[in-house]
Amino acid sequence: MNSLFYQKNSSRNIGDKVFTSLSLICVVIAILPLIFLVTYILIKGGAQITPELFTLEPNPPGDDLDAGGINPALIGTLIITTIASIIAIPVGVGGGIYLAEYSKGGPFSRFIRFGVNVLAGVPSIIAGVFIYALIVSTKILFGSMYSGLAGGMALSILMLPTVIKTTDEGLKLVPNELRYASLGVGASMYTTILKITLPSAFRSIATGVVLGIARAAGETAPLIFTALFSYYYITGFGDLFYEMGSLAVLIYNFALEPYDAQNKLAWAASFILVLSILSVNIFSRILAAFTEKTKRV
Amino acid sequence: MIKNTKKAQKNNILSLEDVSISYGKFEAVKNIFCNFKKGDITSLIGPSGCGKSTVLRSLNRMNDLIPNCSLKGTVLFDGTNIYDKRVDPVEVRRRIGMVFQQPNPFPKSIYENIAFGARINGYVGDMDDLVELSLKKAALWSECKDKLNDSGYSLSGGQQQRLCIARTIAIEPEIILMDEPCSALDPISTLKIEETMHELKKNYTIIIVTHNMQQALRVSDMTAFFNAIEYEDGDGGKVGYLAEFNSTKKIFSSPKEKTTQEYISGKFG
Amino acid sequence: MEEKLALFKNRKRFGIEKNIDIIFKNTALVLSSFVAIILLGIVLVVFFQSFESFSRYGLKFLVTSEWNPVKDEYGAFTAIYGTLITSFLSLLITIPLGVGTAIFITEDFVPKVFREIIGSFVELLAAIPSVVLGLWAIFVMEPFFRASFVFLHNFFGWVPLFSTEPTGRNSLLAILILVVMLLPIVTSIARDSLNQVPKKLRNASYGIGASRWKTIFSVILPAALSGIMAGVLLALGRAMGETMAVTMIIGNSNAFSWSLLSPGYTISSMLANQFGEADGSQVSSLFYAAFVLMILSLVVNIFAQWLVKKFSLKY
Repeated sequence: MNSLFYQKNSSRNIGDKVFTSLSLICVVIAILPLIFLVTYILIKGGAQITPELFTLEPNPPGDDLDAGGINPALIGTLIITTIASIIAIPVGVGGGIYLAEYSKGGPFSRFIRFGVNVLAGVPSIIAGVFIYALIVSTKILFGSMYSGLAGGMALSILMLPTVIKTTDEGLKLVPNELRYASLGVGASMYTTILKITLPSAFRSIATGVVLGIARAAGETAPLIFTALFSYYYITGFGDLFYEMGSLAVLIYNFALEPYDAQNKLAWAASFILVLSILSVNIFSRILAAFTEKTKRV
Repeated sequence: MIKNTKKAQKNNILSLEDVSISYGKFEAVKNIFCNFKKGDITSLIGPSGCGKSTVLRSLNRMNDLIPNCSLKGTVLFDGTNIYDKRVDPVEVRRRIGMVFQQPNPFPKSIYENIAFGARINGYVGDMDDLVELSLKKAALWSECKDKLNDSGYSLSGGQQQRLCIARTIAIEPEIILMDEPCSALDPISTLKIEETMHELKKNYTIIIVTHNMQQALRVSDMTAFFNAIEYEDGDGGKVGYLAEFNSTKKIFSSPKEKTTQEYISGKFG
Repeated sequence: MEEKLALFKNRKRFGIEKNIDIIFKNTALVLSSFVAIILLGIVLVVFFQSFESFSRYGLKFLVTSEWNPVKDEYGAFTAIYGTLITSFLSLLITIPLGVGTAIFITEDFVPKVFREIIGSFVELLAAIPSVVLGLWAIFVMEPFFRASFVFLHNFFGWVPLFSTEPTGRNSLLAILILVVMLLPIVTSIARDSLNQVPKKLRNASYGIGASRWKTIFSVILPAALSGIMAGVLLALGRAMGETMAVTMIIGNSNAFSWSLLSPGYTISSMLANQFGEADGSQVSSLFYAAFVLMILSLVVNIFAQWLVKKFSLKY
């Protein structure tokens, strides 16, 4: 007779237990290195943080024990990311507006959306190669070759798909009724977009854009042969047209140096980079969860 | 207000001449001829899928916003074909306002909800006056005069719908289109909106789509009954047509068409 | 009639407003076309720059391993092989781990709070820059695995993949760091696909007395399969294009070897290493390699998109 009681030894129940344990093992294997990674960066990098770190230039690698600071790289990352944002945000938001508001589901928008996804999948180093060929090797920017400006352009190519996507998707979430309401009282399309739909979607677009900027700030590959690297303070506007350091490239360069002092600087830069990127991410997550709860449906 | 002469009273303000509307390849309504008189409330009734909302939206070119939607024929407003290539749809919507099925206030304050439309229409008078006047006309003033700065969403559904009506009135349109304005509301709010409509009738021409036959009977002077028939090639698709158009009284008491009779007595729909 | 039409146009909306409307729309149109222009620009620029090398070496470039700027002999086989082997093997490890994790956090083994913490933790890690992973790989992972690599070589040295004495940085380490990078991608996409499987399917399976894992394997996973596949392909594209972490740990050697325990090369690490200092026909050859990489990742990405599209039609 078949009992309804739980049978520990039935092959089905044993099988279920085995698989449950296996998936738990997967979680552990997946999570453990990640935990190690973060704690290691925070501990090892955090230990290197001193006030001088933020104010000094890095010393050229060599036998001297003092490596200096990362000021130029820190400022460089800010500048390059800002340049990238200045290019990518208007282009991306404008493009997203066209996709979501004007061309809706037409063949053009399908083609561009496809292009956005393809561009998002282009390896980041290819963006660097492209800008190298277009800007650096042609010296098209007033005769300068490697420059912070070129680096910012390369990064903007990586940011662009993210910005377009978040704008497109953010606007698509705005209910059509709201558009009709505005157009129904005789508003022009651009008034409707600027006064009604964009403000309604602002928060989700802003979140996505900020996450995109954070991601771009850590990108290295597009910079290593566009912005290159510099050991020296950024002193003026003209420095945009010369080699410019960045935290990401500093980590790359100094990780490969045989000297301990430089390695430590790389850890310190990692600490700053990871901490800022993670806090932006966590903050926007909390904000998103918060608005989810308070939003009127 | 400009509604003065008796002659204008009886004038056709809006005429459909052989209008057919399609979504892509599919015809939604076919060969509509219909005249709307100035100062009347006209109800569009009919079973679901007969295209009455489609017709309503075509009257102020809201259909432009739906991809693939195209219209053949002529819609004359004030002597001008609003589907003429030279006509600016935004202009049309400024003179023919619309109230939608779902209350859709802007995510702004009650005051701003009304001021927004007026401002973009180039209103130069005193905004406070206009807001007050519009809210009064929509019978909402007493309920919200103390909270004009609250969000439009803080109102109840019925109040939101009256806010949308006030918003439409504020731009001083000549015609107000209403697309099942009460379908999302409770009976009490519905009655309030109907009262509002009776008030508005003095100054505006109203065209309303409704599923509620009692409502059509209560509010409208004229009633247009739309029906749908299956395509001749018969793959189950339906195309709408205007089955009967007459004074509301006649439609409900002595309809000419058998289908109208059947629909009104609840045999289908 | 004409007169009325004129009145119509001028009543309130002035010409300037109408023009703004048109300018606004066209600006947006131009901006959205930028995506296509950039994409096309990238393909054309890389193609034309690689033309010299392409016409000189032809398809032989893909199958020879010589990379000698002095003799002007170029072949990218080592790098192409390295790109393919590291991305495929890392994916092979990532798929079960990622899908297993995704199953764990979509089933109710532990309370929702824990699952959400694990989920968002995994996603947060996708935000860590790859150059930082590379740094970590150099100073933490490599020493950590050194002993086990020696062990691997000693016992499985007869397998070609482990046939060389491990000496510091190598392809296997690159594969492992890629696993760390890909896990968040595969896990989060697999989780989304699993969450999208309609509840009624699960209920139907439970309703006829299937056990939990029977349900997972025969109902839920098959339903989510194309979504997971698309995620895997996206991860594959990412793995092939990944530059920094791999460049820092793979050892960067153009000498071809079957063994994963010897230093290797990938296309992107070759670009990262040589592009800055290259000149002459070496530049063109590097562009050629970049072109190959681009085509590889385009194909994978387009295929992934096609899958996503097919998938989204299903429900």
